[in-house]
Amino acid sequence: MPTTAAPPRPSRRRGAHPLARFLIRRILMALLLAWGITLVTFVLTNLVPGDPVAANLGQRALGDPAIVAQWRSEHGLDKPLWEQYLLHLQGVVHGDLGTSQQSHRPVSQDLAEFVPATLELAGAAILVSLVLGVAFGVIAALRRDRLSDHALRVLSLIGISVPTFWLALVAFYVFFYRLQITPGSGRVDAALGTAPAVTGLQTVDALLAGRWDIFGSAVGHLITPALVLALYTIGLLTRFTRSAVLEVLGQDYVRAARAKGLPGRTILFRYVLRSALVPIVTVAGLAFGSLLSGTVLVEAIFAWPGVGQYAYKSATTLDLPAVMGVGLVVGVVYLVINLIVDVLYGVIDPRVRLQ
Amino acid sequence: MKRDPLARKGLTGRLPHAWRQPLAIVGGVIAIAWLVVALAAPVLAPHDPLAQDLPRLAAPGPGHWFGTDQLGRDILSRVMHGARVSIPLTLMLVALSVLIGGLLGACAGYFGRWVDETIMRVADLVFAFPTVILAMVVAAALGASLTNAVLAVLVVAWPAYARVTRGLVLGVREREFVLSGRLLGFSAWRSLRVDVLPNVTGPVLVLATLDIGTALLLLSGLSFLGLGAKPPSPEWGAMVASGVEVFDSWWVATFPGLAILTVVLAFNFLGDTLRDALDPRTARAIKERAL
Repeated sequence: MPTTAAPPRPSRRRGAHPLARFLIRRILMALLLAWGITLVTFVLTNLVPGDPVAANLGQRALGDPAIVAQWRSEHGLDKPLWEQYLLHLQGVVHGDLGTSQQSHRPVSQDLAEFVPATLELAGAAILVSLVLGVAFGVIAALRRDRLSDHALRVLSLIGISVPTFWLALVAFYVFFYRLQITPGSGRVDAALGTAPAVTGLQTVDALLAGRWDIFGSAVGHLITPALVLALYTIGLLTRFTRSAVLEVLGQDYVRAARAKGLPGRTILFRYVLRSALVPIVTVAGLAFGSLLSGTVLVEAIFAWPGVGQYAYKSATTLDLPAVMGVGLVVGVVYLVINLIVDVLYGVIDPRVRLQ
Repeated sequence: MKRDPLARKGLTGRLPHAWRQPLAIVGGVIAIAWLVVALAAPVLAPHDPLAQDLPRLAAPGPGHWFGTDQLGRDILSRVMHGARVSIPLTLMLVALSVLIGGLLGACAGYFGRWVDETIMRVADLVFAFPTVILAMVVAAALGASLTNAVLAVLVVAWPAYARVTRGLVLGVREREFVLSGRLLGFSAWRSLRVDVLPNVTGPVLVLATLDIGTALLLLSGLSFLGLGAKPPSPEWGAMVASGVEVFDSWWVATFPGLAILTVVLAFNFLGDTLRDALDPRTARAIKERAL
């Protein structure tokens, strides 16, 4: 009897690469949360005390019960709540987020127009925060308890204490209105026109089209709002980098590296930053959430035509389909960012994959 | 002997050290000053915060040190009275989040299984949204009012406490003194209260102190967006928003913004010092370095 038969139960554990299994688990988790987000936005829409019929139909149409009934059945409002949710979910899956009451356009169309502007702003801000926050944090940790450490501590605490909306206003007033060293509102000088939209990011599109004048103008417009937005995350990342680096500095292998006489630069980059990177990347992912939040408060001041300003306008006019659309899209963007962070986490730290 | 960072009386034992920190002292002084202003605003404020009887948009000067707004109200008096709106609401908000989040987190950690799953998945869902966006959506859905803004912030604030408390409870649940309590016949509730709670309070209090600032920023941010306090309430965020309309009169928005900044800063100074004193990682790093 041949004894080389296939094992009776092919072990799933041995089959897939650990990183692949890790990825699949995270993606499934993200999908589950994305579904949860649709549930939350739907429940919130239905919590609203106002009557959607009254909000959408004119006075005369409201007087006619036949029209009201037709409108209700057209929009599925005569069906039970769970069936309405299924319809809503079906719409979301097909990219239908309802119609904005202010722009009278599909919310999805509005969002497609505004999301790239916000991603450009938040992306610039996270880049600035990562570079400055990590640098400040490393300096603070290496110069622990010296003057520069204390100064950076106070500065980063101020950074996380400043109300973003107020700072945006102050920066706009000082740099644009008084000193006139930054361009005003918007993303680019209107006189220059715009580069053909490829990515939706003005800076990248301008570079792709070789329009250096537009690129310069776009960067100029980007600097102040991005810095205002980044201040909070710079403070956050400075604090976290400092404690992450301090923790690694106390480890035996760092002391061993020092004892065998490795140059400080090698110890810092190869030994310390490599392991300190894990908590830093996690915090950076969370920080991106606060950047997305911050755009709501900053874009309104700088007239930056992004999701934040759209959210602000829709929230203040109680344009609920638009508000829910923003909640949904921003929630999903945030989810994707955190998924990327989780993946990075697994790439940086092999131990994570095995858990 | 190794000192257990979660040991009982960790907070009180290390508190005096925390107080020696200059940042904590500065933070404490600013916080107390604001509490005094909040309590004594009716006596301290030179004008009625709602009276529209001064020249409009007057620059800061004698008689109205912070200037007046577009309706001829004294901004100094409004900022002082604003402390009576924002500070008590923020403190109440954080206390409620600690209570709700702490209780749910403790249940999740202590009972485990489906209780844990249910509570923590709901918390995950809240974490799936950036805070301002979710708070904004909730506030918009409930209707614009200060109470609803507080509710909206509460919705986004409790899960942080649930997570931290759950983690801490999981850490002590299987320890001998908890188990021996159960063996002595303590009910789940008594065991949670007597054996588990004292080991959880320190870190949760630090989180709460740091969260006071965040909660105030969020609450005033919602008011700034028009989803919180309604005029003529002297709420700081709403005052900054009214300054946007007249932004060449810089004082209208500047002073309420500074009020928010100083309150948040005070609690962040306090919380940061407390965290350093209690954080086992920092404490360990200090010890290692001292070797």
